[in-house]
Amino acid sequence: MATSKIDDPRVIEFDVRTDEMLINMGPQHPSTHGVLRLVLRTDGEVVSDVEPHLGYLHRCAEKIGENLTARQWVPYTDRMDYLAAMNMNLGWSLVIEKLLEYDLPERGRHLRVIISEMGRIASHLVAMGTYGLDLGSFTPFLYGFREREKILNLFEEACGARLTYSYLTPGGATADLPVGWTDKCRQFLNQFKEVIPELHTLLTTNSIFVSRTAGIGVMSAKMAVDYGCTGPVLRGSGVYHDLRFHGEERYTEMYEGYVFDVICADPETGEYPESNYEFHGDSLDYPEIPRQAILGDCWHRFYVRMLEVVQSVRLIEQAIEKYEATSGDWGTPIKLVQKLPAKEAYMETEAPRGQMGFYVVGNGDSIPWRVRARSSSFCNLSVTAPLCQGILLADIPAIVGSLDVVMGEIDR
Amino acid sequence: MSEIPLVSELRAKFGEGIIDVNLEAIDEWVEVNPSVLVEVCQFLKEAEGFRFDMCNSITVVDYLETDPKKAAKVDWEPHLEVVYHLSSIATKLTLVLKVKIPRWKNGVEGELPTVPSVAGVWATADWHEREAYDLSGVNFLGHPHLKRILCPDDWEGHPLRKDYEMPLEYHGIRGR
Repeated sequence: MATSKIDDPRVIEFDVRTDEMLINMGPQHPSTHGVLRLVLRTDGEVVSDVEPHLGYLHRCAEKIGENLTARQWVPYTDRMDYLAAMNMNLGWSLVIEKLLEYDLPERGRHLRVIISEMGRIASHLVAMGTYGLDLGSFTPFLYGFREREKILNLFEEACGARLTYSYLTPGGATADLPVGWTDKCRQFLNQFKEVIPELHTLLTTNSIFVSRTAGIGVMSAKMAVDYGCTGPVLRGSGVYHDLRFHGEERYTEMYEGYVFDVICADPETGEYPESNYEFHGDSLDYPEIPRQAILGDCWHRFYVRMLEVVQSVRLIEQAIEKYEATSGDWGTPIKLVQKLPAKEAYMETEAPRGQMGFYVVGNGDSIPWRVRARSSSFCNLSVTAPLCQGILLADIPAIVGSLDVVMGEIDR
Repeated sequence: MSEIPLVSELRAKFGEGIIDVNLEAIDEWVEVNPSVLVEVCQFLKEAEGFRFDMCNSITVVDYLETDPKKAAKVDWEPHLEVVYHLSSIATKLTLVLKVKIPRWKNGVEGELPTVPSVAGVWATADWHEREAYDLSGVNFLGHPHLKRILCPDDWEGHPLRKDYEMPLEYHGIRGR
């Protein structure tokens, strides 16, 4: 077009462009959930390209694992996903038990269900609260943390720590639950069930929240699977897959005999499983799906987490009953210096943020030859680049927040 | 033992490309020749009845015993193993693929060994391969933008190699 004469003034107007700009978001940006740095290529308000830069929290956990025994590495798993440290402990414990072919007594399995589902509730409460914070609403954060605090109190009573527990260890747990703990836990659940509708009114149907999240960052089921997304991110796109149902036998047998639903919308009808839990004799109906929401968008990912909390409550209620009904041993932690056979094992568990996998290679020594953590947030975050193309700048926090990443787990 | 039809189908299709199969291991694994890796992965992803649509993790294990006393006892030659953990959402199967490669290309220290990239098969392999390259030093041929992901871009060496030594200093920060 260089040679053509410009007669029509509109031609010039069509040619006007704003300059492309590179914007650095993070690593200290409040809505990047830790130290994630995103380099955005923008044209005005429109983002054309996003490149995540990781590694600011890389602590060489895998290398350290090659120098410690299996039990010594448990505290390092705490520091991966520090919002769901119990679930990280569980993943590592199970893979070591798989390698040693150790079977946990029944009471220990119920204990683990109680603890890991409590961890899931605590983690999803933070996810909910900080997501509100990302989108400019401070109140849900306080409500989420108020409830989480009660769970932390219970955890503190069980193991003495409030954030990095190292409670579940290979072979069982470091101690049995204290006397009277289950009653306190029941008390918490009864009180918490009444708060759930309150939490829903804060965000789920809030019209500002809905317009910021519904229809934003829509991820198809195919894309979610291709990018290795797991957990609520995968189920938010309508893929029926939950390791508590579909995982390895060693993991699913923990949940044998429990009644609960996988929270996932039917891709045909877009409907979620019916709410089927009761308190004070009334059944609670979930809030309705807003008209603007599309399956696989930010709103659905958030909604899946909110409903999963209810399933966790259901699970814990059943687990407490089963735990109290079974007597005997809750498991014996393996020796601090336990020889690992020259075999290898890989195992994934359903952590709150997705499938957390651990891989361990033994060589007959007590120190593993190789340790690997497959992080769920790592894979979930890899989808940001394709998901954030051609969207508005203000939607970036909404999308990254809906993936609910924890940098400690990504960078390890 | 649901993997047995899979193994026979793989053997029939790729013949020599399937080097070894271990069904006694805790997680059954299949060792594949790197030259047919991408075809095997493509087949596993699309084959009816298997549909390994999820690539869970890509790991590199460095087999090198640095302690000379122990090195005399081990029954393997130093090598690298690239381990692919696959699973299927459609059929709920799991499979482990292994590729054995030398520690250095042509035995020249510092030249990274190569493996074909499977980023074209599973998009998630992109970041996993970047991590494997960064930490274990494997060059994934055909990867769209193979660069470091966890370590800084100007980092030297690959920390998960068994003979890795921490640099003495990095931009004025003492290393060891």
